[in-house]
Parts: sequence; C-alpha cells; structure tokens
Amino acid sequence: MKHVLKIMALLVAISAFWIGLLETSVVPRSYAWLLPIYLIVSLGCYGLLMVGIGLMLFPTCPQEAVLLQKDIAEAKEFLKNKGVDVGSD
Amino acid sequence: MGKHEGKENKYSIIIPTYNERLNIAIIIYLVFKHLKGVDFEVIVVDDGSPDGTQDVVKQLQQVYGEDRVLLRARPRKLGLGTAYYHGLKHASGEFVVIMDADLSHHPKYLPSFIRKQKETGANIITGTRYVRNGGVHGWNLMRKLTSRGANVLAQTLLWPGVSDLTGSFRLYKRSVLEDVISSCVSKGYVFQMEMIVRASRKGYHIEEVPITFVDRVYGSSKLGGSEIVEYLKGLVYLLFTT
Repeated sequence: MKHVLKIMALLVAISAFWIGLLETSVVPRSYAWLLPIYLIVSLGCYGLLMVGIGLMLFPTCPQEAVLLQKDIAEAKEFLKNKGVDVGSD
Repeated sequence: MGKHEGKENKYSIIIPTYNERLNIAIIIYLVFKHLKGVDFEVIVVDDGSPDGTQDVVKQLQQVYGEDRVLLRARPRKLGLGTAYYHGLKHASGEFVVIMDADLSHHPKYLPSFIRKQKETGANIITGTRYVRNGGVHGWNLMRKLTSRGANVLAQTLLWPGVSDLTGSFRLYKRSVLEDVISSCVSKGYVFQMEMIVRASRKGYHIEEVPITFVDRVYGSSKLGGSEIVEYLKGLVYLLFTT
C-alpha cells in the first residue's frame, strides 16, 4: 500500500472519531469543534520540541577532524614513497 | 541464491569522483589500511575530472593492483545515480558499498558495516550521523538547525525507519541495490532519500551503524533557499510516490 494511503486512512479514522464526538455529545459541542485546532497546534509544538531537543543533543565529533588530518598526513607519506602524486590540489 | 557456508564475500566499493585528485588517493590508502584480509575492489567512477583525478587513480592502480582499483570513467558530469549504476555494472562483489570521495566518509567504518551485516543478515546497512556514537563536525548552528528540522519533517511525513535519510555511506546486498536503483529517479541527496525510503517500502531489512562525518566542504557551499525548496519538493514527491 502506498504510504500516502496509510496517512489518509489515519486522517479518516481521526475524522470519524471527531465526528463521533460531535454527534454523541460526549464532550460539550463548542469544545469538540475546536479539537482539530488543538490537535494541529499540539503536533506543531511536538515538532518544535523534537527539533529543539535534537539540536541540543546534536552529536558532534571535533576530535574526528584532528584524526582525519593525521590520516591524511600518513596517507601522503606512504603514497609519496610509492610514486603517487599527492601534491597540493 | 544461497552461499556456501564459510565462503568469503567480496565487497565492491563504488566511489563517484569529480575533481578529487588528492582525496581519492587518501581514501584508497585508508580503504586498504582498514580492510586488510577482506576480499574487495574499489571502483572509481570519475566524470571526466579536469584536475587529473584519473591520472592519480592510474598511479594508485600501480601501487595496489588493477584488479583491486578499477577506474570506470565517464566523459563528463552525468549525475550521482547514474554513477552508481555505472559502477554497479562493473562490480563483481556480492555486496556493494557506496561512499563519497571528499573524505567526509571515513573508510575506518567499513569493518563495522561488514560486521553489522554479518551479524544481522540485513539487506542494507546505512551509516547514520545522528546517533550517539556518530556525529558531525564542521556545521554551524544554522546548518544543524536546518538538518534537524529537515529530519523531523521527513520522519513525520515518511516514517522511513532510519534516522539518517540523506546519508550516502551505505552497504547494500548487490541484488538489493540493483532492485532499488532501477526504481529511483531523483537527483542529488533526494536520490539518497528515495533509495532508502523505497528500500524500506519494499520491506528490505535495513540496519544502521554510527558514523562520524567531517564536513570540510560546507564553508564553501552554503545551504541556500533553493536547496531547501528542492528538499521540500523531494519530500512531497516521496510522500505521494512511495
């Protein structure tokens, strides 16, 4: 099944639930009308939270740059001795 | 389709290049350093680099052997997807690794890709920069923010099952790569996303290994508005066609 159909199915299920709430008056009508807005805003906040947390915990590796320089020097040394042109580009 | 128990697998490492005369030499040195005892070949797909990349590859062939360093050049820049496809045609391994030539992908992770594949029997092992033992160096705050935002958006829309969608350091079972690459049409990094999302949709077993990514190119090529638009277009395309 195409992915977008899964998403549509999920939206349809949520809509059916919401319409059910409206019709059966389990929740006060005026409140029920606003539920989709609340849902969208919550999703937005959740997304922003995920971005923020991810940014704070973004894995960095400054030591890798140093190690890479070492590897480059080692490689150049070896290859120069073998006749490979490793002059600056 | 079955392999004999104990038969060693061969790994074909495809590296597309364009103007990487120094980096390709270093990468090939590092691949040979970290894959001692492994049956592999490196396939350099050079798109007619004017800086003499192909000359350097020929020198490397003298050092390491023409059976282990293959040069399969093309006349001009023809795109990444077709470069993989071209390399694949000349690959003799049961497994194919794709990686970048600019030293952002370090060959020292190759053994961990191989080990993970053997442990799990997965079809695809993809390197991820965004987990604890992984990481990125060389990105400023803005770049990290864009990356994180893009990732959250992609996860929400696509449910891809992998943490790093635009990564291009991957190990594929050869038959799986052939299957997936034939159904992908995007360009650039959206192509990498399309590959992994289509593979996920087809039900292929995908595992991740942490990798570190040293970006020495970023300073010269900022992420502009047009890249962001391309990315969003790519997401929408993937949302509706996968």
